[in-house]
Amino acid sequence: MAEYLLQVENLSTSFFTDAGEVKAVNGISFELDKGKVLGIVGESGSGKSVTAYSIMQILSFPGRVTGGEIRFKGKDLLKLSDKKMREFRGESISIIFQDPMTSLNPVYTIGNQLDEAIRLHTSRKGQEIRERSLELIGLVGINDPKRRVKQYPHELSGGMRQRVMIAMALACEPDILIADEPTTALDVTIQAQILELIKDLQQQFGMAVIMITHDLGVIADMCDEIIVMYAGSICERGTTDDIFYSPKHEYTKNLLKSIPKAQKSDERLIPIAGNPIDLLNLPDGCAFAPRCKAAMEICLEQSPEEIALSETHSAACWVNVRDYLINHKDDAGAPASGTEGGDQA
Amino acid sequence: MTDEKKNLTGLADDVKPDASGPDSGKLDLDNILDVRNLSKYFDIKTGFFSSLPLKAVDDVSFFIRHKETLGLVGESGCGKTTVGRALMWLYPPTSGEVYFDGERISEKNVRSLRRNMQMVFQDPYSSLNPRMTVEDIIGESLSIHKIFKTKKEQRERVYELMRLVGLNKEHATRYSHEFSGGQRQRIGIARALAINPKFIVCDESVSALDVSIQAQILNMFKDLQDQLNLSYLFIAHDILVVTYMSDRIAVMYLGKIVELAKTDEINKNPIHPYTESLFSAVPIPDPRTARQSNRIVLEGDVPSPLHVPSGCAFRTRCPYATEQCTLETPPFEDRGSEHFVACWNR
Repeated sequence: MAEYLLQVENLSTSFFTDAGEVKAVNGISFELDKGKVLGIVGESGSGKSVTAYSIMQILSFPGRVTGGEIRFKGKDLLKLSDKKMREFRGESISIIFQDPMTSLNPVYTIGNQLDEAIRLHTSRKGQEIRERSLELIGLVGINDPKRRVKQYPHELSGGMRQRVMIAMALACEPDILIADEPTTALDVTIQAQILELIKDLQQQFGMAVIMITHDLGVIADMCDEIIVMYAGSICERGTTDDIFYSPKHEYTKNLLKSIPKAQKSDERLIPIAGNPIDLLNLPDGCAFAPRCKAAMEICLEQSPEEIALSETHSAACWVNVRDYLINHKDDAGAPASGTEGGDQA
Repeated sequence: MTDEKKNLTGLADDVKPDASGPDSGKLDLDNILDVRNLSKYFDIKTGFFSSLPLKAVDDVSFFIRHKETLGLVGESGCGKTTVGRALMWLYPPTSGEVYFDGERISEKNVRSLRRNMQMVFQDPYSSLNPRMTVEDIIGESLSIHKIFKTKKEQRERVYELMRLVGLNKEHATRYSHEFSGGQRQRIGIARALAINPKFIVCDESVSALDVSIQAQILNMFKDLQDQLNLSYLFIAHDILVVTYMSDRIAVMYLGKIVELAKTDEINKNPIHPYTESLFSAVPIPDPRTARQSNRIVLEGDVPSPLHVPSGCAFRTRCPYATEQCTLETPPFEDRGSEHFVACWNR
């Protein structure tokens, strides 16, 4: 079996709050190959950001990885010491965040902050450091680098700040760039600039990207493969085309029907009923079952296993099991007791 | 559904406003709202004695027909929220006229006119008073406008509104922190509907919500429009959402409307270079379209609204800019079938 660049196995992360244990990530596994762009999509509370923070081990206080393995080139990151991990961060995996204002230090110049990243992670010395900073600033498409290095974050616009963050993340040419909602705080035209930039740099350096977003548009545009998350679990994964053109999990299907498409049409949106995820009160069965129109009895009782539907595509949904049983009636026992609400995708 | 409808129309007769009947003949009576040359400047202090005008909205004209939704899109800082607030008189305009149902809005009559125009805000967390129960929040405008004589009648109306927006009447005694974002937005909408307005300004009303909840609220806005004959000014930065909601769309850039046309028309044949790039920059949730699309990526950032470029404000980022664009502001004119554009070169 070939070694993956990054392999996450059975990762669980919980936040131990006063109200009880909040299982933000619930035993998820995935792999990332060199040079691929993986999208993780889900709504707030689905655990997509916590997954990223777990990989980087930058969870804030009540949060802790409670189980699983995160292997980077075969090495388990969870077993690294704090010091080793600090070296590892930025060198092999970098992360950029949603809000570029709070991720930059307001009292240091852009140049200072870039220099720091380069000084800590590379063997460059003295003048070389600043030269590399200038090169990076040019690389991410900021004009007039010599002037920009002397500026403070507040002197830059949101898009510029995100470019600086990207420059910083690229300082040591990491193997993986994690982009956690990188364009959510930005305007559409600026978002387009940043997405193009990430695409260009990804191709230029051949790095792998994990793109975390709630925006299906961004995902459609950027990713090779997609993981759909709901309430801390993976409900479906596949290539971009698998997910968008033949979704197999009820949540994915409903999600795609609930977003407005490009052209104006009188077709109504079909909203997902019910309320968003409440991680403190997760149901026993499938987490999506209380909102699912196709939910059957078994959905409320037992959480579904992820089942491979093709080489690239898998989903964790009882409806697929039912359909399979119906199609293979002869060689299986009685089909699961399905209520009405069958659906042809 | 029909039952609800009947109830509501019945009530509408009771709460009909005194006399906001249109009487000035020169106005188009199809329009619920007529905005003419509206401007709103804010004074920004730049020194002890000096200040600069920030032209948040600069000479904007448009109209909204009865039962119509006009979408207003643009990037942050372009003045779209200020437009909404200026016509509600929350920010008294610097100049210009706003006619509501034929009547000119002024300092004097705005309070009574607000009975017919309401607003739904972006942030369902900060726009609801945490110390008030749902019943008090929804009923507040009913009490202010003294619509019902007894508490009991008012309570009935509040329950009816809650049912209309999909909340249980058992929730009436709860406080807003007990609700999720989507439910809070429903409370905000019930509050806006309480006094039977004809016109609602929705200012980024779904941007704070998750996609799965967003569709619920959008559909509700549409249903309410059909049931109650509402007109909307739908302000949002999400172009797909505005496209879904609106009959016509206006695009703003640095305080000015640069293009205004029917939704289909502006999607298929955008004329202004800014509209063109703005619409092409939207990530489409469809991989095949995304792969084919020729995205026009604009250079640079939006200039500061304190130092708006002379002539056409967009010229600094425009690939077609000529000398004329620097010297003169392009007029906002009809290019046929109500497709308004302000551009010299297109």
